[in-house]
Amino acid sequence: MFGLHYNLERSAVGLVAFIVIVASIGGFIEIAPLFTIDETVEEAPDMRVYTPLEVAGRNIYIREGCYACHSQMIRTLQDEVERYGPYSLAVESQYDHPQLWGSKRTGPDLARLGDKYSDAWHTMHLNNPRDVVPESKMPAYRWLLRDQLKTDDLGAHLAALRTVGVPYSDEQIANAEIDAFGQANPDSPASGGVAERYGAETNIRMFDGVQGRLSDMDALVAYLQVLGTLTDAAQETALAGVQ
Amino acid sequence: MIADLTRTERLWAMIILGVLTLLGLAMAAAGRADLLGIHGWMVLAAGVIGFTAVAQRYNAPEPSAERLNEYYDAPTKLGIILTLLWGVVGMGAGFWVAALLAWPDFTIDAAWASFGRLRPVHTSGVIFGFGGNALIATSLHVLQRTTRARLPDQISPWFVLLGYNLFCLLAASGYLMGLTQSKEYAEPEWYADIWLVVVWVVYFAIYMRTLARRKEPHIYVANWYYMAFILVVAILHIVNNLAVPISLGSAKSYSLFSGVQDAMTQWWYGHNAVAFFLTAGFLGMMYYYLPKRANRPIFSYRLSIISFWGITFMYMWAGSHHLHYTALPHWVQTLGMAFSVVLLVPSWASAGNALLTLNGAWHKVRDDAVLRFMALAAIFYGITTFEGSFMAIRAVNSLSHYTDWTIGHVHAGALGWVAMITFGSLYSLVPSMWKRPNLYSQKLVEVHFWLALSGTVIYVFAMWNSGVIQGLMWRTYTESGGLAYSFIDSLVAMHPYYIVRAFGGLLFLLGALVALFNIIMTIRMPAPVADEVAFDLPAQPALQAGE
Repeated sequence: MFGLHYNLERSAVGLVAFIVIVASIGGFIEIAPLFTIDETVEEAPDMRVYTPLEVAGRNIYIREGCYACHSQMIRTLQDEVERYGPYSLAVESQYDHPQLWGSKRTGPDLARLGDKYSDAWHTMHLNNPRDVVPESKMPAYRWLLRDQLKTDDLGAHLAALRTVGVPYSDEQIANAEIDAFGQANPDSPASGGVAERYGAETNIRMFDGVQGRLSDMDALVAYLQVLGTLTDAAQETALAGVQ
Repeated sequence: MIADLTRTERLWAMIILGVLTLLGLAMAAAGRADLLGIHGWMVLAAGVIGFTAVAQRYNAPEPSAERLNEYYDAPTKLGIILTLLWGVVGMGAGFWVAALLAWPDFTIDAAWASFGRLRPVHTSGVIFGFGGNALIATSLHVLQRTTRARLPDQISPWFVLLGYNLFCLLAASGYLMGLTQSKEYAEPEWYADIWLVVVWVVYFAIYMRTLARRKEPHIYVANWYYMAFILVVAILHIVNNLAVPISLGSAKSYSLFSGVQDAMTQWWYGHNAVAFFLTAGFLGMMYYYLPKRANRPIFSYRLSIISFWGITFMYMWAGSHHLHYTALPHWVQTLGMAFSVVLLVPSWASAGNALLTLNGAWHKVRDDAVLRFMALAAIFYGITTFEGSFMAIRAVNSLSHYTDWTIGHVHAGALGWVAMITFGSLYSLVPSMWKRPNLYSQKLVEVHFWLALSGTVIYVFAMWNSGVIQGLMWRTYTESGGLAYSFIDSLVAMHPYYIVRAFGGLLFLLGALVALFNIIMTIRMPAPVADEVAFDLPAQPALQAGE
């Protein structure tokens, strides 16, 4: 064995080839099957895509590095299910490019945050967390209310997401910008198409409490309010387990 | 450095820098409505500054042919200084974000100054800025000494070193502006990723071309580790960063993978960045500088062979232990756990090999703080890999995951292993690089050693404590069967530990500042007798220029 190695360490090309082959085996065996085995991701016919406003909010979540302190993955442990809700299913992050499962909980898990608090609570909390949770360690994100949301390239965002596998229609891509405005301004004519294109369950309201303009806060709150609500599959799995 | 280049090489450098300038211009133009444009201007500025510097000295006298009979160490010298500067930046950002976790309101009302944007400046600053520069600088040194051959040309080492630092700069400044793809330790966006691939290909080419010119029949152990580091990091980087930009004029891109497949790919990358960036590369460092400093041969050549192939093969399976109890299929989690446990064998083979090399030289460890840095690094490597295998066991992971225990574990490795082996290697390398008889102050090395050790111990113990308490509080039930603590209860319990952690980090940072001072003063010491390091020459005749 060490005789073979004697020759190997005399050949740079041989060594390189060996390293690449030996190192590739593990990753290949673990990753490749995930794309082909059907059981990896469950079927969930009710699974919906993010609206343009929610996509923008998700990008703000990424921009501000929220993933460093909050997970979006409830593990199959009893205390987690009791604290946060039914454990996360693979299908729930099917359209998440990239996933935001996280690796650390300096703050709580957010996988089922949607509909848990009011929009006003979220807006206050993001603007200064200690206004609503005095012991919080979270930074204050005051600029979210100040900054106007950039929407002119949302169509391109949706189109890129379609390229990587999220089923957006041509109509959804073409109306991305107007739908983003409409979702946060329920009294404007732009709001009409949102429910039509994304379903009756879509939240259409003034997320940051200010009518007539779109802030970064609108987008982030819209995103936080749909976490865990894109499909009922996890709740149904939990119920089936009880019965 | 420019004086070392021939006219033809200066011309080539100007062409390369001209192309870089044009690339920057194209980025600035295409991304004028986007943050990409700002990075375009930065690239353009880098190109223009470099171009002007070379152009101004274009007509300087040609270097003598004599230089080809010596090793080419100028890139290593600059690399050492950049290592220390990035170390101070990265550790400084680390101390600052640690303080923000203890006192969140102690900040200014600006997006760039918030925890979420500074935290990747810390992680990338120390991993890629500090660690990466240390790896490039030392690998170029070790490569030449162990092959007894000079680097194959004069420009490509500069391209790698400076190009790599441009990548680090794009990464760090991008985070402050909010440019990130949120994949931990792979945060830079698509254009920076592509640039890194170009730099990396040239780095690999330097390695292969130098090996092809070697005067030693065998490729020395350290070089296997450095090569595995270069090759596997390339594979990981390319696969994990596959993404589609929303347009060529935008910094934003979307990962090709989603959900469970993305999670697996990300932690296959993330854990093997630990394996091949932070372990294999630094083991290469250890396998050269530790025996050299102790002036003893490696304890066992066979043990290093076993360790090398064990690490190369097994680590790549271990990433899925980051995803226990998640929606990742159970069989993948189990494979990750099993390989993580077995990984202890090759890891301890290297840690043991290093410590056994010191057998009979322990008096040197006692007397020489530089060697003590390396010995301590090997001990921390052993401790951390044991802890890692332990934490990968599913039942342990159920408690440790998502808590500060992970942070403690990472820093036992990062401070105790990576930074200590780096400081030890740099201290032993600096005098020979600048041809000084010794370091400016041995006493300051001693001061640094104790600052580093106490900082690490305080940091790690604080995080072990807070992590275990956190994990236990989350899963504690009352007698009536309800959860005993709210999440915020656990957060309040962390507060004292976060203060202690920041203090430990501060000590470590102070140590790095002492090192920076000591090394700068060493460089500024008067030049010594010429024949001090006369033996440190490549095999004759040197092959170069048109071979």
